[in-house]
Amino acid sequence: MDLSFHIQGGDFTSAGTASSQVRRTLKELGVDAAVIKRVVVALYEAEVNIVAHAYKGIITAEISPERVFLQLVDEGPGITDIEKAMTPGFSTASQEVREMGFGAGMGLPNICRNADVFNIHSVPGKGTTVEITIQIK
Amino acid sequence: MDKPIKPFHHALGIRKEICIGCSRCLRVCPTEALRVKDGKASLHPEWCIDCGECFNVCPVKAVVVEDDDIAQIFNYKHRILLVPSVFFAQFEEKLTLDAIKGILYDMGFTELCTVEQGADLLVDEINRYIQEYEGEKPVISSYCPAVVRLIQVRFPSFADRIMRLIPPLEITAQYYRNEYKKHDVPLEDVGIFYVTPCAAKIAAIKAPVGGYVSPINGVINMSELYNKVFLAYKQKGIYEHEHCALPHSMLSSVGVRWSTTCGEAANIRGRALAIDSMPNVIDFLERLENEEIKGVDFLELRACDMSCCGGILVQDNRFLIRERIEKTAEELPAKHALDQEFKNVCSGYIPMETVEPRAMIKYHKDLTMALQRMEESRRLRRILPGIDCNACGAPSCEALADDIVCSRATLEHCVILHAHNKDPEMLEKIWGKNRFNKKNQDKI
Repeated sequence: MDLSFHIQGGDFTSAGTASSQVRRTLKELGVDAAVIKRVVVALYEAEVNIVAHAYKGIITAEISPERVFLQLVDEGPGITDIEKAMTPGFSTASQEVREMGFGAGMGLPNICRNADVFNIHSVPGKGTTVEITIQIK
Repeated sequence: MDKPIKPFHHALGIRKEICIGCSRCLRVCPTEALRVKDGKASLHPEWCIDCGECFNVCPVKAVVVEDDDIAQIFNYKHRILLVPSVFFAQFEEKLTLDAIKGILYDMGFTELCTVEQGADLLVDEINRYIQEYEGEKPVISSYCPAVVRLIQVRFPSFADRIMRLIPPLEITAQYYRNEYKKHDVPLEDVGIFYVTPCAAKIAAIKAPVGGYVSPINGVINMSELYNKVFLAYKQKGIYEHEHCALPHSMLSSVGVRWSTTCGEAANIRGRALAIDSMPNVIDFLERLENEEIKGVDFLELRACDMSCCGGILVQDNRFLIRERIEKTAEELPAKHALDQEFKNVCSGYIPMETVEPRAMIKYHKDLTMALQRMEESRRLRRILPGIDCNACGAPSCEALADDIVCSRATLEHCVILHAHNKDPEMLEKIWGKNRFNKKNQDKI
């Protein structure tokens, strides 16, 4: 089962659409609630990252009987220091974004904590690719 | 995990001989539990949550509530009626509380009690429960049985958040049962009856969740009792009754408001939200499941619009009822006369297990099979017209696609595709060429 979503930078009204659709699909498939929760938390964070930092992006979700594989490819400023970005509490979010309840600097650490496999690759000035795998069984 | 679950006891049924198969009920069912077959609506017993949305829209009253016959009160020597505050609030002001009570006594009840007497002690207990609760918040109120069932079926992962405290109705029933026991009245002589504003409460009394057994002996349909009271009033007018010399201080302002929206939430320390009506409740639970809502301690969720004032068996306008309840509340004391006595002998803390989840199996228990069926269903959705006309007997094109992959229907059920094959022009004039062209690209 493959799902894909186009994400627009700055569109906070639609942030959460991808994670909501993926959640609904997994629930309809009867996937364990604890697994769904991890997927939703990780994907929601990653989705909001695109909205908050990038210009646009594409999210794809591949669901197989064994795992959920999520790929988030964005066009944006990229991350110069990934290690720093992975530090809990570190954030480059603007005041405006923080006022909306985002940008607490927990995004990447939270994604990482909920993923079984987590890959991040970024080219400054070009964009970031995040890959998340969560095992179902 | 796989232990067999008792089938749901249902308080709603469809009278096939009355049903005209119009499909109105299909569209409003929050669990898509209805289909039209052989010209009649039929109910999926595992999916129905007794919310009564179908009852509200049925144009011929084919949806019926399975209540108890009022005559059965005479099987008992002591006939106690538990009356919720919405019952009294249905009547216009000139039919006074005394007059209503007099009529009810004349019908054969020997004691009248207000249901919400049990609410006051719950205020402290719910707050304590929330404080001591170690699971994931918000705690979800156990008050509305339609919501409890909605969670079991559609939001099973929240089942363990449902508060394990019994609602005021059950507390009050326990109290009066105890009172009679205290006075050595044989229990078989005591009949406790409840006037219900909805079907879900009947189901909850006959088949409670969490391993609880209700002491209530029978449930009386509020609309039926309303008619009986109103008829007596029209025929005999208002008259003095010996029983009605009783003071009315049996309810507090907290209690009388309990069944209205915010009735619980207003008494909760911490962050509590009150949400009423089925679409609002579902939307909120979806958001909660989406991890979009954080930091809420307590949720008061009610299936009916304006909570119990809008119950399916409640007569008169729900806004007027709410207004009357508010007016009564302003005149009532903060504590009722039996407040301390209730607190001494009763509690909402009853040994109760976590509410068991009972998720709908949409496609298949096995994930590989479920995935196959889901993909197949999505492919079918592209073929189906997507106008949700209900002519196939399913609530939507999506539901028909799911029914097809689960072998409950075939593509032939789609009347629109049928008609389009015969006379494409006619349908394309209405729905446009694209709806059919695009869909038929990868026809199976």
